[in-house]
Amino acid sequence: MSVRVQFEDFDVGAEIFRIRQSDKKVGAVASFIGVVRDLNEGDEVSTLTLEHYPAMTEKALLEIEAEAKKRWDIYDSLIVHRVGTLKPLDQIVLVVVSSAHRGEAFQACEFLMDYLKTKAPFWKKESTPSGDRWVDARSTDDAAAERWK
Amino acid sequence: MKLKLVFLAKLRERFGASEEILVVDSESPTVSDIINLLVARGGAWAEELSVDRSYRIAVNQEMGGFETLVGDGDELAIFPPVTGG
Repeated sequence: MSVRVQFEDFDVGAEIFRIRQSDKKVGAVASFIGVVRDLNEGDEVSTLTLEHYPAMTEKALLEIEAEAKKRWDIYDSLIVHRVGTLKPLDQIVLVVVSSAHRGEAFQACEFLMDYLKTKAPFWKKESTPSGDRWVDARSTDDAAAERWK
Repeated sequence: MKLKLVFLAKLRERFGASEEILVVDSESPTVSDIINLLVARGGAWAEELSVDRSYRIAVNQEMGGFETLVGDGDELAIFPPVTGG
């Protein structure tokens, strides 16, 4: 179980390799990569700036991982989240989960993303031709997190 | 008692500060009491922290609610619903 918050990009292959190699019991590795899109709510997005609450972020992410570990029989997990200014096609977030079988890995990976989107203290601000604006939270994200209750 | 207030994202911009030390004349106020003190300042405070606005609270880096008690030296963060990922 580990989490990282960083400005730098991440190497998906290297991160997955590390999780896959860590334990001979691993039979499945699931991963998710979130990427900056060039369009949001009909407007062109030139850059996306991510802010977080440094004192709380790692703790919140570790709690989400601990919750996943309680619910599914997973071996390891990793969350890497970037902050700072990003542009379309840049990677924002990586979640990797290992387990013996795919079902647990897929579910835990989706759970981690759904919880991260509603509980981890990150905020996005996007630059569009009509100015900068904070991204509003979506009710669909709340609904996605709600179904794991 | 003294509290450290932390404001993030849109609220940091609206309040023009990322943190402040608030001296409170009460021994064990709730989050709700603190919010009321801030709303009484008027302007952006009253607007952003009004009952029809959506915002979140963390006390000592744990999500909290209006009834959460705060004590001397605690860190109370106020921020918009999160949008990471």
